[in-house]
Amino acid sequence: MAQLVLDTLLAHFRDGEIIATGSQHGNEWARVRPDAWAVVATFLKEDPTTAMEMMTDLTCVDRFGTEPRFDVVMHLYSVSKKHRVRLYGGVSEEDPTIDSVVPVWVGANWFEREAFDLYGVRFRGHPDLRRILMYPEFVGHPLRKDYPKEKRQPLVRRQMGKTD
Amino acid sequence: MGLELHTSMLESAVNWARKFSLFNYPFVTACCGMEFMSTAAPKYDIARFGAEFPRFSPRQSDLLIIVGTITERQGPALRRIYEQMCDPKWVIAFGVCASTGGFYQNYSTMPGADQVVPVDVYIPGCPPRPEQVLDGLMMLMDRIQRGEGHSQVAIKLEKAQKKGYDIPLAAIRPLPRGEGHHSPVAGPAATSKVPSAGNK
Repeated sequence: MAQLVLDTLLAHFRDGEIIATGSQHGNEWARVRPDAWAVVATFLKEDPTTAMEMMTDLTCVDRFGTEPRFDVVMHLYSVSKKHRVRLYGGVSEEDPTIDSVVPVWVGANWFEREAFDLYGVRFRGHPDLRRILMYPEFVGHPLRKDYPKEKRQPLVRRQMGKTD
Repeated sequence: MGLELHTSMLESAVNWARKFSLFNYPFVTACCGMEFMSTAAPKYDIARFGAEFPRFSPRQSDLLIIVGTITERQGPALRRIYEQMCDPKWVIAFGVCASTGGFYQNYSTMPGADQVVPVDVYIPGCPPRPEQVLDGLMMLMDRIQRGEGHSQVAIKLEKAQKKGYDIPLAAIRPLPRGEGHHSPVAGPAATSKVPSAGNK
């Protein structure tokens, strides 16, 4: 059913903005060129055929060792049309920057802050891009595959050997 | 040195009163809280031991019960709560997460609450059964009666240093356990029975 969404996307974007599309287990996905991320998102929300009113989820995948290294993943749902689509936007390790979709869906704000906190992906145009889960003193991005598994960054420790 | 330390009858009486009127501050962060509620509810009835009254202010409590996983981000808050409590104070680590970090071994979880505050009794279990919690509470009561809590020892050390005594920690915290509820069974009486029975 959501093949309609992919067809609409491919018919509208003809300059290589949609790198690849596919369908697996009834879930349709499209790989979007990262510089067209916000344009595609705006189109999907405002086009009456697709009408993606709701951004269900936005997260990131670290495909360590491949290029582009990070995939920003966004799940969209149309409440009126009852169909879904999943978008991938690949960003490189040297410049992990992609457009923010907060101007399109306000609810994306904290999702993008989480992806920035744990993976270090920068969202261009985000109103308040700072850490959301880890503390401000934390250095690095803990869900990256090259973050040491047992590294800890304690804020406070008591002196060992003392009674209090 | 010839310096004798002994627990006075007055201190013994005070400790007896302390161990039966523990006002606890439940620092509940995770699923162990359900088991803590069960322990406090009438079926297991922690009120039998005088510890039924949770005060949600550290300034009015003397037993900090750390229930659940402590993250590195919570560390400063936990330390501040401990420092706000009045002396003498005791700490129970409730559940394996608060004791050692449990099965969490990652960037965010603190490997045991004793990294930040001194813990008197560790209760393992994921979550511990209410019987285990009551057992741990009774262990703490014995510890209070003997005057061996971390905070009690610290107070004694401070008093001694004010008087100018240089006392090793081992002198204040006696090694042999008393005749408490949890004293080990093995002793002179227990060991002598078995060989004598074999000889006969």
